[in-house]
Amino acid sequence: MQDEPTLTELIKAVADFLRSEITPAIKGHNAFKLRVGINALDLVTRQLALAEESDTAEAARLKQLLGVDGSLAELNRALSEKIARGEVDLKTPGLSEHLWQTTMDKLAVDQPNYASYKREFGK
Amino acid sequence: MIETELGRCVASFYPGATGVTGAAKLSGGASQETWSFDIVHASGNVGAILRRAPPGYGAAPGRAAGLDAEATLMQLAHDAGLPSPKVMHVLTPDDGLGRGFIMARVEGETIARKILRDDEFANARPILARQLGRVIAGIHGLPRAKLPQLRSMTATREIEDLEREYRSFNWPRPVFELALRWLRDHDPGPSSEVTLVHGDFRHGNLIIGADGVRAVLDWELAHFGDPMEDLGWICVNSWRFGEIDKPVGGFGSREDLFAGYEEAGRRADPARVMFWEVMGTLRWGVMCCGMMQRFRAGPDHSMERAMIGRRASETEIDLLRLLAPRA
Repeated sequence: MQDEPTLTELIKAVADFLRSEITPAIKGHNAFKLRVGINALDLVTRQLALAEESDTAEAARLKQLLGVDGSLAELNRALSEKIARGEVDLKTPGLSEHLWQTTMDKLAVDQPNYASYKREFGK
Repeated sequence: MIETELGRCVASFYPGATGVTGAAKLSGGASQETWSFDIVHASGNVGAILRRAPPGYGAAPGRAAGLDAEATLMQLAHDAGLPSPKVMHVLTPDDGLGRGFIMARVEGETIARKILRDDEFANARPILARQLGRVIAGIHGLPRAKLPQLRSMTATREIEDLEREYRSFNWPRPVFELALRWLRDHDPGPSSEVTLVHGDFRHGNLIIGADGVRAVLDWELAHFGDPMEDLGWICVNSWRFGEIDKPVGGFGSREDLFAGYEEAGRRADPARVMFWEVMGTLRWGVMCCGMMQRFRAGPDHSMERAMIGRRASETEIDLLRLLAPRA
C-alpha cells in the first residue's frame, strides 16, 4: 500500500498553486497553455473520483446487453461490431439508455461545463 | 530573418514599398504557416498576411486544395464582391519564401468566444446568420469555368473516408458506430446540384467586425460537392461555443441562414443540411481522436493536442442529442 497524501490531494495541491500563484504572473500564449494544463489536472482529479464506479456500472450494462463477459475494452469492441453489423440498434431494449449513461459519465470527467451536458444532466 | 526575404518580395509587386515591418507568426504547423506583417510605404503602412508552406515542403497533403488553388479561390471570391481579402501576390520560386501567397490583412475578430459575448459585436450577432447565408450562396455560385482543379466529394465517399479514418485508430466507440450506421442508412445520394464547397465554413475561418462578416478565410478544404455540406457544417454544435439554442455558430437560427441563402437565389434543403450536420459532428469527433493519436505517436507532444482527445466525448453527446434524443 502506497503512502499518503493521495493522488487526488497531490494533484489538487499542484493545480491550486498553478491557479492562484502562477496564473497571475503569466501572459500571452503561455497563459493559454497554463490554463490547458490546469484543466488537464482538474480532469485527472475528476477521473480519479468518478471512473471506478462508472466503469463498473458500464461493464455490468454491457454484459447484460451482450450476454458475454470480458474486459471493458473487449465489451466495447463487441458492442461496436454489433452496431456496425446492424445486429443491435436504437430499437434494441437498453441500448439507448446504455449509450446515454456511458456518454454522460464520460462528460462528467471530460467537460462537465459543456452546454449539452448541462442541458441533459438530470433528465 | 523572414523580413529580409519579405522586403525583397514586396518590392517586386508593390510599387513604392521600401520594406516590411512587424512580421509575426500567427499560426503554424509543420507544413503551413501564417504570418502577419506591414508593408512599409511612404503614403502609410499596409497590413498584409503571408500564407505559405516553407521552402522544402512540397505538395499539399490528402484533402488539401493546395495554396495555389486557395489563392485563386480567394481572388475569385474577392472579384465576385464576396467578403474575401484581396490577393496581392502569389509566391514564385525567386521569392525564396516557399509556396503560398500574400493577401491584404482584414481587421476584425475570429475568436468565437469574443464574437459571441463582447459588446462590440452586439449589433452583428442578430444579422450574421442571414448574412452568412448570402455569402455562402455567393461562394456556391462562383462560375465553375474559372475554378481551379479540386477533388470531388459525395456523401457516400465522405462516409467511406470518415469510416476508414475512424477504423485506422482501432479505438472502438459505440456512439461513433451508431452515427456511421445512421449516415449509411440516411445517405441522401448524389446531390442534384454539384458546386464549389468551401469545406470549413465556421468560426475561426470568418473575420467578423461590428458590422458583420468581413472575410471568409482558409480555403484549404475546398472541393466540389453537395452545397448543403457548408450549411450543415456551420450548424455543428461544436461551433456554438455554449450557445446551443442558436444552431448557426451560436449566434443565429437555421431559418435566418436559409433565408439569406434563398435571398441570393439558391435553395436550401433542410433535410440534407441535417444529414451534413450529423456528418460534421462525427467528423469533428474523429478529428479529435486523430489529434490524440498524433499526440501519442508524437512529434507534437503538446498538452493541447492531448486534451483535444478528451473532447471527442462532446461530439458523442451531440450525436446522441441528434440521433437518440431524450424526452
